[in-house]
Amino acid sequence: MKIPKFVLSILLVACLVMAISLPAYAAKVIKIGVIGPMKFVQGKGHWNGATMAAEEINAKGGIWVGKKKMKIELIKLDSNEFLSMTDATNAMELAITRHKVDFLVGGFRTEAVLAMQDIAMDYKKIFIGCGAAHPELCIRVAKDYKRYKYFFRGTPFNSRYLVKTCFIHMATVGGIMKKMLGIPKVKVAIVAEKAMWVDPMVAAAKGFIPKMGMEVAGIWRPSAVATDVTAELSAIQRSGAHMIFTTFSSSVGITFARQAGELKIPAVQVGINVEAQKDGFWEATQEMGNYVMTMNTYARGVEANELTPRFVNTYIKKFGETPTYTADTYTQIIYNLAPVIEEAGTLDADKIVAIMENREYATPGGKIKYMKDAQGRHLHDLTWGPGYLTSLGVQWQDGKLVGVWPNHWKPAKGVPEITYKGIVPYKIAPWIIKEYKK
Amino acid sequence: MILDIIISGLINGSVYALLAIGFSLIYGAARIVNLAHTAFYMVASYCIYFATHKMGVHPVLAMLAAIILVTLIGLVCYRLFIDPIREHEAAVLIATIAVAMAMQEIMLIIFTGDYLSVPSLVKGYLGIIGVKIAYQQLLTFGVALLILAGVWTLLKKTRVGLAIRATAQDREVANLMGMNESRVAMITMGISVGLAAFAGAVVVPLTVVNPHMWMHPLIFMLAIVVLGGLGSLKGSFAGAYILGFAESLVVFLLPMGAFLKGSVALSIMILVLLIRPEGLFGVAFEEER
Repeated sequence: MKIPKFVLSILLVACLVMAISLPAYAAKVIKIGVIGPMKFVQGKGHWNGATMAAEEINAKGGIWVGKKKMKIELIKLDSNEFLSMTDATNAMELAITRHKVDFLVGGFRTEAVLAMQDIAMDYKKIFIGCGAAHPELCIRVAKDYKRYKYFFRGTPFNSRYLVKTCFIHMATVGGIMKKMLGIPKVKVAIVAEKAMWVDPMVAAAKGFIPKMGMEVAGIWRPSAVATDVTAELSAIQRSGAHMIFTTFSSSVGITFARQAGELKIPAVQVGINVEAQKDGFWEATQEMGNYVMTMNTYARGVEANELTPRFVNTYIKKFGETPTYTADTYTQIIYNLAPVIEEAGTLDADKIVAIMENREYATPGGKIKYMKDAQGRHLHDLTWGPGYLTSLGVQWQDGKLVGVWPNHWKPAKGVPEITYKGIVPYKIAPWIIKEYKK
Repeated sequence: MILDIIISGLINGSVYALLAIGFSLIYGAARIVNLAHTAFYMVASYCIYFATHKMGVHPVLAMLAAIILVTLIGLVCYRLFIDPIREHEAAVLIATIAVAMAMQEIMLIIFTGDYLSVPSLVKGYLGIIGVKIAYQQLLTFGVALLILAGVWTLLKKTRVGLAIRATAQDREVANLMGMNESRVAMITMGISVGLAAFAGAVVVPLTVVNPHMWMHPLIFMLAIVVLGGLGSLKGSFAGAYILGFAESLVVFLLPMGAFLKGSVALSIMILVLLIRPEGLFGVAFEEER
């Protein structure tokens, strides 16, 4: 039988296509782009967390995608976002167009993440933010769901909840100061670095501190990279502040803590100081950062749930340091992406989004549930509160970063008190006690 | 509050003066706009960190070693990257900024972007009418003034200083009078980089060491020298204190805008340039030359 030339050529082309594509299909891996400022501690956290997750998954043979198991391949992308927004957007473009990543995790500075988010959305790539806190990132999802539905917040919870948690910390410490030192009305100095994520927090603090029975002594906004804040500290001391509400994510956190400790400024520091969340803070401040309190996600020996110790201890063993919140790339790959891909049985972004946005799942930092806004629209933002994510209050006490909150925290009337395992009492610096205890 | 402003302004101004005078010196003597000047200050800070933390050297010895090492690095950079293109000012600008970027990247590779620090030489603080000043700040202030006095003595009372001043006044005539202008330029470069390293040494216990710590002082230093009159030592000195006080004023009078202290300093510079384009000591500078 003579085979027509046309059929023969179709068969040949089909064989050729199969020959080319079959090995690639069989060998295909799930590519996850880990994007962050890789030369900085935040990027290192992103990468370390993702590495740990990929190793765990690959050791088990990979993730089931339908009927086949696929391993994870991580692509390291240096966004250099502290210095250059263009580098950040270029890294995102590179990840999608050259490396052909399937998913993206990371990002740190809100200003950069907003720009990177747009690029990821242009290509309909799922991007899980693990660092930026500004609410706008998720408000965009609600406002234009069709375009922004591929973005999810992985960590931390948005700045509104960050400030809410800070207020709880302030109220707790304020209560201790009133009780121990007999201060009738605590005066609070708001010191916030000049950065976009801080702006809503400053506005909220200014309005809410008086409602907490405290008084705002003044607001100072140093540069995020200020190398000298002695002038600010002098002014704060002159204002008579008993407490300093800090919001720092950059090097100014070290400068401020070190100089405040050196000058023995008689005011406790409560709030967010990202540098103080790291093990290296003690040495970086030359031990002057003693008694600084900050919000944090993890601390040695503190357990938010049964998943915490395994993650924290393995991380410490592997990398020699306590994980910071950007290491939650681990959480997002292990507890979010992997099970959702298995459930969806595909890498199709739309199908994965549909499953992801409706899930509730436990992670080492607490249970995650994605919020909806007042109109019931998906935000892909993290739910804050008892039973979900609450974060920790940690304090430097003589060279050790210990958990001090939640400690007998009563979120509402009739609700049982919450104390995480491993929490210790908060301490006031001796020079502050000396200054106010008459 | 006035006392706070005075003290804070004096300390800031002294550190800026150390940097600006070194920069002004090499420009005045050799017409070299060395944009890598503050990068040498950054390298000195890292050297001190490395010597104290990784080698266990006493901080004072580490500082001295860093000043010598960085001065040598500066001289090598001068020979390799500046001297061959000295006559082309634009090329020098580009070459020196490239040197600075290269040094930043080298530090970033070696030490990563982690924020590091060096212990204070003297711990504690002094209270003056309610104003707290760390002893380290006082030490920095005192050492900065001593160094500035040393530079003045070197320029006014020594033969090297005479040669530098002569070259600054007129390179051709200095050459005709038998001075090796190229060697004078190299010596001046050594002194200039040495001053940058010294600034790094006295400031490092007060600051956070990181690969980008050279950028902010560079902008400030440029503002100071333009404000004072490019190449005028007197002008740089005055400019440094003006901007030091401007910084303190912003923090105390405009706490919500404390991050604007850099912008305010640059605005003062622009204002002075609009009124007096040659800078505050432009005429005096011409006379000096």
